Amino acid sequence: MITGTPKPIDEILEMLEPYDNIILAGCFGCVTVCRVGGDKEVQILASTIRLAREARGKKIDIKEVCLERQCDPEYLEPMRPYVEDYQAVLSIACGAGIQFLAEKFTRTPLLPGINTGFLGVTERQGEWTERCQGCGDCVLHLTGGICPVTRCAKSIFHGPCGGSVQGKCEVDKEVQCGWQLIIDRLVALDQMDNYVKLKPYKGWDSSRDGGPRRILREDMI
Amino acid sequence: MKSGSNLERVLEAGHFAVTAECGPPRGADPDKVLQKAQFVKGNVDACNVTDNQTSVVRMSSLAGCMLVQQSGTEPLLQMVVRDRNRIALQSDLLGASALGVRNLLCLSGDHQKFGDDPQAKNVFDIDSIQLIHLTKTMRDEGIFPSGDKLEGAPKFYIGCAVNPFADPFEIRVPRLKLKVDAGADFVQTQCIYNMDKFKRYMEETKRQGLHEKVKILAGVTPLKSAGMAKFMNRMVAGIEIPEDIIKRIADEPKEKQAAKGIEICIEQIQEVKEMEGIAGVHVMAIEWEEKLNEIIGGAGLLPRPVVEH
Repeated sequence: MITGTPKPIDEILEMLEPYDNIILAGCFGCVTVCRVGGDKEVQILASTIRLAREARGKKIDIKEVCLERQCDPEYLEPMRPYVEDYQAVLSIACGAGIQFLAEKFTRTPLLPGINTGFLGVTERQGEWTERCQGCGDCVLHLTGGICPVTRCAKSIFHGPCGGSVQGKCEVDKEVQCGWQLIIDRLVALDQMDNYVKLKPYKGWDSSRDGGPRRILREDMI
Repeated sequence: MKSGSNLERVLEAGHFAVTAECGPPRGADPDKVLQKAQFVKGNVDACNVTDNQTSVVRMSSLAGCMLVQQSGTEPLLQMVVRDRNRIALQSDLLGASALGVRNLLCLSGDHQKFGDDPQAKNVFDIDSIQLIHLTKTMRDEGIFPSGDKLEGAPKFYIGCAVNPFADPFEIRVPRLKLKVDAGADFVQTQCIYNMDKFKRYMEETKRQGLHEKVKILAGVTPLKSAGMAKFMNRMVAGIEIPEDIIKRIADEPKEKQAAKGIEICIEQIQEVKEMEGIAGVHVMAIEWEEKLNEIIGGAGLLPRPVVEH
């Protein structure tokens, strides 16, 4: 899923300073699962903002909504009839959802209420970790199911670097060395022959480096 | 000859090679490099110039190489893949070769987190092993990795670093083999203090015949004090200084600890010199270049041989 973290309330209040009526829009997709942008978070954030603004003697009217998904056009349309009745939309969906709202409702300012994180998994309640950078050219079959692009701080294809110490990464003793994980897994799978092969230079053109990406499935159009 | 560098000639002639290193300054003052280069001159076959080590911004390695070369010592260009994509790497290789640099050390580079600018974007477009391969392709095939023909191939004696003590130990030698397969001509090791572990590493290296395919220069670093030894043990990844070495230094009074450190370093050089498969020594006298003559001379490695083209 796409993960995220709430923006500090002071930053949100600063963004909202010019406005006295807004829509606060959540999303029932990934951000609900990682508990940063669902209907519950919409309610809590709306109350927090109202209280803060009341305390400053500058009341704000907030319409609370939670869309099925902010990244699909059909779920945005229901907002169209009333969106321009408000001065701005504060969205707590991921960056994709917020941008899609901005594209569809061009006359209304869109404000981000969360910082979008990464493609990750739930380790346990309250802890998420990154697994995929969406580089567009998966090699997990060669690396024991562990991604060198994401799990190695240097995204190198022949690791580990000299900074791997007792299975931990040089950037943070709490972070496991991705290449140690890969090697452990290759050893367990008896696939170390994959390790000693020289890998070709990675083509980053299928990643973000090739510019904003598009997937076009002719079979579905 | 692959590059015709002095280091390559010395090693190919069968001499025990000596290299050292100069870290460029945190500023634009060329005299800082020239002063260090004076301590190096005559004591080594080539001198590494580091590339923004520990991600701390310094004068560029190539500029440092030019200053070392001017002062009469053959430079060895360290190049990390942290800060340059493959376009910049190729371009800098061509430029360095055009300016007469003939030795190259291919490195990953410490993560930017450790330096002045932890918020910098890192590159790591290709890794250090792929940089070896890229350089060899340009040198030996006279083409860019893209396949286009070069107007003059760069000439480098291609090196890599290995850390015989890093984790996990069991892939240390397979990793060296990867570097040799990619095209490394020589290796400089991380500083060696744990000789027993290093011998085990060399046994496996020899078993695979790697010492015949690549020239291995054993890394040593003189310890200035027991405090420095303890600090390195604690802070530097993959450094293991055995207790008995620390104790030998700690047993000396403060003012004599540096001399003891040098004495131990000389012993270490003499010990690695006797090991089969070791072709030379890389003396990393960090901010202590003025002691190079004493150390290298003390190990009986002076004067340096002159091997004609």
